[in-house]
Amino acid sequence: MVGSLSNSFLVIDNFSFALGKEKILNSVSFGVDEGEYVSLIGPNGAGKTTLLKCLIRIYTGGEGSITLVNKPLDQYTQKELARIISYVPQSNGRFLPFTVHEFVMMGRYPHLSPFTSLSKGDRQAVKDALALTGTGHLSERQLSTLSGGERQTVYIAAAIAQGARILLLDEPTTFLDPKHESDILSILKRVNRQYGITILSVTHDINNAVLHSDRIAVLKHGMLLYVGNSNKIMNNEILESAFDKRFSFIKHPVNGTLMIIPEVDTT
Amino acid sequence: MKRIYVLIIIGICATAVFCIAPFVGMETISFENILYHGSDTIKADIFWKIRIPRVLMAFLSGAALALSGMTFQALFRNPLATPFTLGVSSGAAFGATIYVKSGLIISLFGISGQSVSAFIGALLAITMVYGLTCARRGFSTATMLLAGVAVSFFFSSFILFIQYMSDFTNSFRILRWLMGGLETVGFGSVLTLLPFMMIGSSIVLFFNRELNLMSVGEDIAKSRGVNVKSIKTILFFATSLMVGGVVSQCGPIGFVGMMSPHICRLLIGYDHHYLTPATLLFGGLFLTLCDIFSRILIAPAEIPVGVITALLGGPFFLWLLISGSSEHSSM
Repeated sequence: MVGSLSNSFLVIDNFSFALGKEKILNSVSFGVDEGEYVSLIGPNGAGKTTLLKCLIRIYTGGEGSITLVNKPLDQYTQKELARIISYVPQSNGRFLPFTVHEFVMMGRYPHLSPFTSLSKGDRQAVKDALALTGTGHLSERQLSTLSGGERQTVYIAAAIAQGARILLLDEPTTFLDPKHESDILSILKRVNRQYGITILSVTHDINNAVLHSDRIAVLKHGMLLYVGNSNKIMNNEILESAFDKRFSFIKHPVNGTLMIIPEVDTT
Repeated sequence: MKRIYVLIIIGICATAVFCIAPFVGMETISFENILYHGSDTIKADIFWKIRIPRVLMAFLSGAALALSGMTFQALFRNPLATPFTLGVSSGAAFGATIYVKSGLIISLFGISGQSVSAFIGALLAITMVYGLTCARRGFSTATMLLAGVAVSFFFSSFILFIQYMSDFTNSFRILRWLMGGLETVGFGSVLTLLPFMMIGSSIVLFFNRELNLMSVGEDIAKSRGVNVKSIKTILFFATSLMVGGVVSQCGPIGFVGMMSPHICRLLIGYDHHYLTPATLLFGGLFLTLCDIFSRILIAPAEIPVGVITALLGGPFFLWLLISGSSEHSSM
């Protein structure tokens, strides 16, 4: 069940977490290697977002351990942690009163000391992130005037500017049109393949998860149902037990990998 | 227009108001009078010993209240969060009233016991409001305002009780003080407020980056490396210092902390690198202007400046509430 626990980059070991009295995560164990692209899937309320929030310490506490680069997560200061992990939250359309450039610039926060202003390196990192995500032309626009897709891309740019080795993403392509969806997937792929940045992405898009990630972890009711090679989850044994729903499978016309179609009851 | 120019213009306006204000009032004072030229030294005395300290007091208090309001607005992500609406002023007033009533006179290294006691009251109030707002998941405008009203009522009833227990003279003094006023004589009050204001505002000015990130959202701030808990603690401490300092000297002057930051955000945007100094200057300018009106509107009598700010602020508050901009930045 459990993936390679021997790796030392990010190890979640027997981790449980509760919000108030409600137990959200239950003895979750899996590891992520440096440079891997891992997708986290599962039904709504499975605890996927909570797991991400625990990894970036938006939520603290919980039982069991999380180890990052051979050091327990809770021994990092928030700033040290932000230099290693960056996080792209679920977009919620909140009013943000900043320009794209100002917002991406804020990604450099963990590298700044209170007494210095932005260095040349910081500015270059911001420029690179804007270029990499193709958002340079938006840089003087107000965030509130962007479309959902542009906004999501800018969020990713800010996380990349942060210069972290792991990128956590919470449903990066939900609510996006097909163009922005594929744009974002290709940005993630590039960041992962060219720059070796590890990706842990929560998604409901199982087809793209299988196409793009190295491994997939499946959560249900706070428990890890499966973690392993992406193509091995494409059967009803795993998927039906995760989503309580049967799926049909077809072959991708170009590369032959399996894809799912949820069965819809039309009677 | 570039933000730096806007900031400079606000600075020039603030300086101008600051320089003109001491010449305005019942007694017309010319520039020659203030140099103790001629026989009329009374005018010079009025200028140096009454007007100047009063204008300084107005400027410092306005700046302190506006900065506190701005800080609360960033931390609560809501333009309706101010020392007044969150009950922090009431907390400070409660602290100060207790001190006055207790008859103690403690002064530590020249720092007035009344201000310290107001500071503790303010800190208590903000802790309560924040706790109440966070206790319910969701962190909505309604919860925040209700918590503020509840805390405000709580402390106000204590103040009423203390007032009830006092004799007639004291009771009137408390009432008059609660209206908010700047009638100080001499530099005593200014010097009392100064350390509170200096420390408080330096802390707020130091945390511009954090204020920016906090106004984006707590989750984002944490994921960018902000130690949200300690930043909040420090900033609540700083705002309580400023509110406590002002309230102990001038009473709870309302709405400066709401109008000034809001107008500055319209003028200069949300980036706290510009917004913080702009708010500081504008708050000072604003309360100094209000104080001028409080002196001349029904001269020779005065209207308490708190009444003027409340008359302006009430409609402004309603406008913010109705125009819906309160929901813009709430979570």
